[in-house]
Amino acid sequence: MRSHFQLVLTLVASLAASAGWSETLGDPVKGAKVFKKCQSCHQVGEGAKNRVGPHLNGIFGSKAGSDPTAKYSKGLIRAGDDGLVWTHETLDAFIENPKALVSKTRMSFRGIKGADDRLDLLAYLRGFSDEPSNIPEAEPTAQGNYHNLDPAILAIVGDSEYGEYLASECMTCHQTSGANDGIPGINGWPTEDFVVAMHAYKQKLRPHPVMQMMAGRLSDEEIAALAAYFKDLE
Amino acid sequence: MNFNRRLFLGTGVAAATTLAAPNVFAAGHGKPRVVVVGGGAGGATAARYIAKDSKGAIDVTLIEPSRMYYTCFFSNLYLGGIKTIDDLGHSYGTMAAGGVNVVHDWAVDVDRDAKTVSLAGGGSVPYDKLILSPGIDFVDGAVEGWDLSSQNAMPHAYKGGSQTELLKSQIAAMPQGGTFAMVAPPNPYRCPPGPYERVSMVAHYLKANNPTAKIIVADPKPKFSKQGLFQEGWANHYDGMIDWIGDDFGGGNVSVDPDAMTVTIDGEVTKVDVCNVIPAMKAGRIAELAGVTDGNWAPVNAADMSTKADADVYVLGDASQQGDMPKSGFSANSQAKVCANAVRGALTGSKVFPAKFSNTCWSLIDTNDGVKVGATYEATDEKISKVDGFISQTGETAEMRKATYEESEGWYAGITADMFG
Ligand SMILES: Cc1cc2nc3c(=O)[nH]c(=O)nc-3n(C[C@H](O)[C@H](O)[C@H](O)COP(=O)(O)OP(=O)(O)OC[C@H]3O[C@@H](n4cnc5c(N)ncnc54)[C@H](O)[C@@H]3O)c2cc1C
Ligand code: HEC
Ligand code: HEC
Repeated sequence: MRSHFQLVLTLVASLAASAGWSETLGDPVKGAKVFKKCQSCHQVGEGAKNRVGPHLNGIFGSKAGSDPTAKYSKGLIRAGDDGLVWTHETLDAFIENPKALVSKTRMSFRGIKGADDRLDLLAYLRGFSDEPSNIPEAEPTAQGNYHNLDPAILAIVGDSEYGEYLASECMTCHQTSGANDGIPGINGWPTEDFVVAMHAYKQKLRPHPVMQMMAGRLSDEEIAALAAYFKDLE
Repeated sequence: MNFNRRLFLGTGVAAATTLAAPNVFAAGHGKPRVVVVGGGAGGATAARYIAKDSKGAIDVTLIEPSRMYYTCFFSNLYLGGIKTIDDLGHSYGTMAAGGVNVVHDWAVDVDRDAKTVSLAGGGSVPYDKLILSPGIDFVDGAVEGWDLSSQNAMPHAYKGGSQTELLKSQIAAMPQGGTFAMVAPPNPYRCPPGPYERVSMVAHYLKANNPTAKIIVADPKPKFSKQGLFQEGWANHYDGMIDWIGDDFGGGNVSVDPDAMTVTIDGEVTKVDVCNVIPAMKAGRIAELAGVTDGNWAPVNAADMSTKADADVYVLGDASQQGDMPKSGFSANSQAKVCANAVRGALTGSKVFPAKFSNTCWSLIDTNDGVKVGATYEATDEKISKVDGFISQTGETAEMRKATYEESEGWYAGITADMFG
């Protein structure tokens, strides 16, 4: 899949998270208005059919160019075979500038420059794709609060009361007793080892999807808080 | 901590009834009172965490009719012969040591003005904060020809315990070359991969004991969770045994006849030996009686699981309508901890931390062939929203699948210890 690092960064920045809340993707009601720009070629919703372009039901999470009843350009089909999957990030990039994402696409549309308009449009389209409550693997519906890496991470003194609360989520898999049944016990680790291990998952240096995901959304302070709490568990 | 009451409660049904008399509970009460209805994945966890973390500052009562909780999670592995029924049973006997008063009775009504819960055995229990985690009930008339009175002929086995045992004995009694049918539920329902793990585990059992038997699944959905992984696994392990009929092929147009033991799918009548009907679901009835449901489920606020209808009534787990989390034991357990933190904060002024939720659903396709799907979620102002996730890939190595299964065993030990102490 192509990298849209630049675009993703802009997106995260524009989402500047308000305290404690994650942001949903955008405003679907405003997005319905933005969709007017697509309507001459695309339908979405109940009974939507392929027109000039394919219908957009279930687009999130689908492989690009994969509706067997639609007509696609070679470029879009090849992009799909190369691994282009429609996620929030890839759709955002495509709608911003179709030709920059898919070589010689048949979609003759010059793109939407406004990031907020795209966000709203995607929130609207997201409503016609799988819901994670029914299909847990379906695409996310919100942006998490991501945090920048701090060089002084190891120096952070963790709040073990907060650590205890955060740890309740870990206890679903890592037993309080420290037992090792299929999942390793993590009690009594030296703070530094614990912090390094968690950041290794967070940065995906250490493989394991569950722990990458768990660590991925913890801030540096939260990791420090967990380390402070687990250090003293027997 | 109220030691006398706990001692008293340990002694059985009669004691529970006596205790339920309002004057016993109301007498000279200074401590804030939390009542939890339903001792499952959500309720047991919430009760235990509030009691544990408040260190006796909050009076916690759990109302649950059963003496033993039989998990639905891993019940498919019991159908497959990989776990025993005893592996699935957990006693509430350990809850008292954790500071939770357990009343073994049914909650039959909630008076939100008087802030009391009435019990089937008589009397009522007052609360400052009420947490409902009653799991699911079935929507009447969801599958033509089936109602609760047919559950012995055609079990749902979608609540733990006796229904699961019944289904297992029916599968064992199938004639050689017989047919097992499943009527799968429409969205949303508890445990999105559950029916398909069940199909895998029934196939696992039949392959060893009744290899010419057939499995038909009538499904009202065009698509289901981990579909690619299950279908790959079915082709690898149980080639030709399983016929999944999705909505595109009439799987949603189903009726059953429990007397004749027939299933009619899109007009075609089939005689079957076992029929597992999993009807459409709704919140456990007490949520509706409490007046906190809207349609089939109870809408809640993502930050603390309080209901939209009443800030002092919380709904956890399957019964709640919270947004993106699938209805699973893992989800219910995760929501319970967020709720416990918020309830304790509201009653004692302890620190309330931002809500974070997660879920992972493991499924076993065949011995040591485990797969998983998981995600993290956070509270947005309108719902619990998914922020990140992962899913097992098709074509993974046998070692990885085995490690995934071993992880699920670790999780089972972990969550049950987390629920019951
Ligand atoms: C076949 C199958 C497989 C599953 N596999 C998994 C899995 O692998 N992983 C996973 O995470 N989840 C799994 N689940 C889902 C999981 O079992 C549920 O999502 C979970 O139990 C929900 O928790 P809960 O607290 O909402 O309800 P429950 O755990 O069902 O608890 C509800 C409790 O409330 C009690 N109750 C109901 N009404 C009243 C009342 N009026 N008064 C007093 N008490 C009452 C009931 O007796 C029950 O004990 C599976 C489910 C099934 C059916
Ligand atoms: C002028 C007609 C036209 C307009 C306007 C248009 N599209 Fe398209 N769209 C197409 C065509 C044609 C294709 C197929 C492209 C190809 O094969 O290269 C397509 C493809 C797509 C795809 C990929 C579908 C798939 O199955 O992989 C998406 C997503 C999409 N469009 C979204 C949008 C959105 C959102 C808008 C509005 C902002 C929009 N399009 C506006 C014609 C259009
Ligand atoms: C869904 C189950 C699950 C949850 C929840 C979970 N973990 Fe893990 N964790 C695992 C598994 C499985 C491993 C082993 C992974 C590996 O082999 O790298 C692991 C490994 C670890 C390790 C490395 C252990 C070692 O022996 O090297 C640490 C540290 C850890 N987890 C911390 C945490 C913390 C902190 C949390 C809570 C924020 C958490 N985990 C939540 C499943 C889980």
